[in-house]
Amino acid sequence: MRTSAINLLLVGILLLNLFMLGTSRIRALIQAAALQGVVLGGMPLLVSAHGGWRMALVALATVALKGAVIPEMLRRALREAQIKREVEPIIGFVPTMLLGAAGTLLAVAFASELPLEPQHRELLLVPASFSTLVTGFLLLTTRIKAITQVIGYLVLENGIFIFGMLLFEAMPFLVEIGVLLDLFVAVFVVSIIMHHISREFASLDTRHLASLKE
Amino acid sequence: MVLIALILVPLLGAALAGALPSERDRCLLLPIAAAGHLALALYAIAAPEARALDGWLALDPPGRLVLLLLSVLFAICSVYAVGYLRYRRELSNRIFVPCLLLFLGMTTLVVCAQHLGLLWISVEAATLATAPLIYFNRTPRSIEATWKYLLVGSVGIALALLGSFFLAYASLGQDASLLFGDLLARAPDMNPVWLKVAFVFLLVGYGTKMGLAPMHTWKPDAYGEAPGVVGALLAGGLTSCAFLAIVRVYQICQVAGEGAYARSLLLVFGLLSIAVAAVFLVGQRDFKRMLAYSSIEHMGLLVLGIGLGGSGVFASWLHMLNNGLTKSVLFLSAANIHRAFDSKSIDQVRGAARRVPLSGTLFLLGFFAITGSPPFGPFVSEFLIVSRAFAAEHYVLGAALLVLLLVVFVGMGRTVLAVVQGTPSPEAQRTTYQDGLLTGLPVVLAMAVVLLLGLHIPVPLEALLREAARFLEGPP
Repeated sequence: MRTSAINLLLVGILLLNLFMLGTSRIRALIQAAALQGVVLGGMPLLVSAHGGWRMALVALATVALKGAVIPEMLRRALREAQIKREVEPIIGFVPTMLLGAAGTLLAVAFASELPLEPQHRELLLVPASFSTLVTGFLLLTTRIKAITQVIGYLVLENGIFIFGMLLFEAMPFLVEIGVLLDLFVAVFVVSIIMHHISREFASLDTRHLASLKE
Repeated sequence: MVLIALILVPLLGAALAGALPSERDRCLLLPIAAAGHLALALYAIAAPEARALDGWLALDPPGRLVLLLLSVLFAICSVYAVGYLRYRRELSNRIFVPCLLLFLGMTTLVVCAQHLGLLWISVEAATLATAPLIYFNRTPRSIEATWKYLLVGSVGIALALLGSFFLAYASLGQDASLLFGDLLARAPDMNPVWLKVAFVFLLVGYGTKMGLAPMHTWKPDAYGEAPGVVGALLAGGLTSCAFLAIVRVYQICQVAGEGAYARSLLLVFGLLSIAVAAVFLVGQRDFKRMLAYSSIEHMGLLVLGIGLGGSGVFASWLHMLNNGLTKSVLFLSAANIHRAFDSKSIDQVRGAARRVPLSGTLFLLGFFAITGSPPFGPFVSEFLIVSRAFAAEHYVLGAALLVLLLVVFVGMGRTVLAVVQGTPSPEAQRTTYQDGLLTGLPVVLAMAVVLLLGLHIPVPLEALLREAARFLEGPP
């Protein structure tokens, strides 16, 4: 019962991955990333059968940071920088979706090669984690705007978080909360930088950031 | 206790610097905190066994070496920074000084961290602390450099976290502690597949921080645009911390019986880094970017030494010290030349030896040192690494290494000589900058230490180096 519920959520995350690669609106992208964060936040409650207040705290912090605080910061950056609302891809939407799908297939194949503990064999955590990592990488490398690259980085972090679920029972609290804290600090600094980029270049297009090269 | 004090001194300094209203007083905090840190560090290194927080913090032999380098390097840079900030009075140092001290605190934490997760958190914190430092000049180019530094660095550090998770999964069992001592004890029972995957991710992740090719793309931009004093701290301090992280993971692989696999990866990344650096060093017109590529080359040499094993490990530790100190000479003198000409391109800069004789001479000496010319320190360590390559019967690798080092020497030499020699052209910009005590003396001292390391390694230091090399040979 628990296993099938987790797998259902993971399938939802995989669908969100494909949606994020295909969408042309930055707002929709932020929304999808936030939704993914909320789904992830609920996962510790399902994964760990006997959790206490510590686990509830991690779940709460994840939902608050990934679902509300960070998306709100991104939306504010979007508003203040007066960015055009379209995602500008270097590679088109359909090719990146196909790449994402291929990545998911490869992730499933690769995951089946890796030896898992008996209690994790029924779960889709490893393929979902790898597929989300691939999605994050694609968003990072094939989108032009700084803000979409930040979202790509967040999705990458989501993929890592999914893998972290495998270790949730064994892993000390400090490491988990460290992950969340660092995520927050990273995005905080990045949003300050985005503010400065938009002031200096009047846009968040990283093509302006091309004077430093050989 | 001494370890906690070691981390708290710079952090308190950072808090104090944030609270002080006076720009002049604030930069004086740098040498004060650096002196306190150096005294405590020397005490901790001499103390038999420093531990704190249930073994989460401890100073092992490799940690002692990196701590020594870090503390000496910061002491040199802190005096220089006072001179630099006095020259750049038009910019507020309200963020610069606290971030420098925060950087010292976090890198000290990296050195002492004996827990896989704590190590990761401290490396990430040190990265974040340096981002505002690169952005100090507030120019569009420095924003671009900071953006690349943050984005590439964050992705690298995310991969390192994933690698840490893999390593933790490989070691799942009854006892789930992630302290390095416990991980080493359990290493022989670890799942080899997960361990191998973990090593790849951790090497790529921390290798990004170190600036190994092909994850080096942030380095020329960040080092080129950051103030010289920040470049010196990044190239000598942060990269050495990332190297320490890689060595710790390598040690686990070695104890688990996967040493040959890990060494072959280290050799590949090492040689690739040296080759990429050599290609970009030839014909480089920007002398600060040139230093960044030189840093990539030497990071390659460090992992190559570990990958060669045997006496290569000793050579790598020695080279880490030599490279860190020589890089400080190069970055700091290059920054002086940059200020004297208001340019860092050899199209404008000529005759540095005439306009700023001290900095020009130090830049030239630093170049000879870093390319492995006797009698300076890097000659000894580079010679040891190359001879280890031949002793370990890696003949092709050894020959390739010699050719690449020659290419680097010629490539760097052309740029450096163009900067130092000749007469300043009349149209070249003249600024008010002159060689001064604060921006000259620390560099002279660093150069003297580099020379000393080439002539004679002090006995206590040699003991430290031998201990650090022995630490990697087998389980402690």
